[in-house]
Amino acid sequence: MAHGRFSWIVALGLLLASQSLAAADEKTEVRIGYLAWQPEPGPVLSNVLPEPTDSGLQGAQLGINDSNATGRFLNQNYLFESVQAESPEQLVSDAQALVSKGFKLLVVNTPEDALRQLSTAVGEEALIFNAGSPADSLRETECPANVMHTLPSRAMLADALAQWLKVRRLEDWLLLKGQRPADEAFAAAMRRSAKRFGMEVVEEKTYTFDTDLRRSAQTEMPPFTRSKDYDVVVVADESGDFGEYVPYNTWLPRPVVGTQGLTPVAWHRVVESWGAAQLQNRFTEQTGRWMTSKDYAAWAAVRAIAEAVSQGATPEPEAVQRTILSEEFELGAHRGRPLTFRDWNRQLRQPIPLVHPRALVSQSPQEGFLHQVSELDTLGFDAPESQCKPLPQ
Amino acid sequence: MRFTIAPVALCLAGLLAMPALADKAYVSNEKDNTVSVIDAESLEVINTFDVGLRPRGLLTNSDETLLYVCASDSDTVQVFDLSSGERVKELPSGDDPELFALHPNDRWLYIANEDDALVTVIDVETSEVLAQIEVGLEPEGMATSHNGKWAAATSETANMVHWIDTETNTLVSNTVVDQRPRYIVFNEDDTLLWASAEIGGTVSILDTETQEVIEKIEFDVPGQRSDQVQPVGIALTKDGKTAFVALGPSNHVAVVNAQTYEVEDYLLVGRRVWHLAFNADESQLFTTNGVSGDVSVINVADREVVKTVKVGRYPWGVVVTD
Repeated sequence: MAHGRFSWIVALGLLLASQSLAAADEKTEVRIGYLAWQPEPGPVLSNVLPEPTDSGLQGAQLGINDSNATGRFLNQNYLFESVQAESPEQLVSDAQALVSKGFKLLVVNTPEDALRQLSTAVGEEALIFNAGSPADSLRETECPANVMHTLPSRAMLADALAQWLKVRRLEDWLLLKGQRPADEAFAAAMRRSAKRFGMEVVEEKTYTFDTDLRRSAQTEMPPFTRSKDYDVVVVADESGDFGEYVPYNTWLPRPVVGTQGLTPVAWHRVVESWGAAQLQNRFTEQTGRWMTSKDYAAWAAVRAIAEAVSQGATPEPEAVQRTILSEEFELGAHRGRPLTFRDWNRQLRQPIPLVHPRALVSQSPQEGFLHQVSELDTLGFDAPESQCKPLPQ
Repeated sequence: MRFTIAPVALCLAGLLAMPALADKAYVSNEKDNTVSVIDAESLEVINTFDVGLRPRGLLTNSDETLLYVCASDSDTVQVFDLSSGERVKELPSGDDPELFALHPNDRWLYIANEDDALVTVIDVETSEVLAQIEVGLEPEGMATSHNGKWAAATSETANMVHWIDTETNTLVSNTVVDQRPRYIVFNEDDTLLWASAEIGGTVSILDTETQEVIEKIEFDVPGQRSDQVQPVGIALTKDGKTAFVALGPSNHVAVVNAQTYEVEDYLLVGRRVWHLAFNADESQLFTTNGVSGDVSVINVADREVVKTVKVGRYPWGVVVTD
């Protein structure tokens, strides 16, 4: 595919015709901020491909560019400010600084603890779009009113994978997990999904060695994966300490799924249907790299705000949130069906691609998993499964 | 203006076999980089010829002597002589041409450049770029009115119909429609513009004079989930009485009374039906079913699907000649 011949700047330069707008009113100015803080990843033992340092930020920037490209015809102008913080405390003070400058619609990429602190600190003054934390507790038991989630929860990812395992009849699982809290969180989500869809974890093992697996995987992994019979190996290793070395090294020849192998993601470069290829192209032209899940979550957050404003919401936290949660709201986000937010826990409903590094294998919800309202609600915490309730009108 | 053409993957352009004068349906196979030719009488594929990469939109000139093909990944519009079967020309199209419309003067080709948020206007005789008009993100739908006065485009991400005055080739106004508008077509007397919204799941009817939405059609296909109902292609009968709408992954074509805007029937066709085209006397309607890789042939008077014809991979566009 040839691209880049007509960059934005060149296209504007070639423009022979200019457009006139029907209404010559003042422009609607929409101020969106992006904030990120991530802890140091720490040493990892395998040759993990690192997450780009601007993952999330570039997605938000593309969302702003797309919204301005559209907003031109609608008398809207999107202003953007981004901050990379060095600590959770600085994240909060940076956010407060943005809010005082009128940037009250905030797209945030940070783990759950920092997100909680931020949510408490800004209160009703800002609307936060969580594009960085997959923590299930935020969707199940804690229901911060000023937070909307665009990144899928771990429960959604685990359910997406589990549905595929069910369809493929891979019902007995060997579950391997790392020692970090995030690993246990993903393992817990997979355990929940096993129970939910009637499958079994035949054994669970924690990887506790710290050998350099690049040399020794073939001797270390097979004994580590000896167990009763199992259909599939499920790996919960979010930082990639050992998970990449499980495929092809299991005691029984079995597929490997989870955080490595076949992975459930929010987005991946192999997703191309429903115009996704065009979104991917715009992103790659902007950044020179592929769009990550966090990029997509940040992009979707900005687009949700833009859609709300286009539907008439004033660009303020309360009006934007109310419009997004209204019955008529839907977001075209290259997923093959309009996306909406759950009104109990304010999570963006979305299908979940299941990928390996070079191809899309499947997409959940799998055919056959039914639901009265939306099949997308078979993923994650459905209304009766969450303690969160819709916001009072 | 300097305009570079991407190097085209030169597959051998097969010759079009020319049996005697039956109607023929030309179908672009998006993933095979070919066009299939179906004899409208025998309903058999009589020829398949190579075109550029990712062929999508197709159209003919008024006297049906030339076939134009948008070869999206080759960034070009290819022109085939339908009597000799030869590729006679390649037109500069801008990046990633998806759909296009030929002005009734048979000279001005309006092309939607999906990746660049532009409409490019080409003079097909001189290959000159007459204008490039900025529209919203991801333009796809493109239509010209029969009287030549208007060109209209849709942008899928901006959810708009853009109205272009063909005398000046400038954008004069924009109408917001539902999510992801893909296809637009003027009715025979140009008083109305029909626009499909794939993700919105509706078809809007716009008044050409006021450029406002005056009517909206929703669809409810029995036995299909509502989020599978994704309208794409629209075919309007010349008498203004009936419209046929392809409804995507719901695998049905809706038959709409074009005067009352009521849906009168749903016809089951192949999987992921996108575009559709009548033959000259509107006795037959051909639909492209992308996922099942076939074309459904509908007897229009009886409103019945009479045959399914296997073509290449992911058939996209279709045009029927005399």
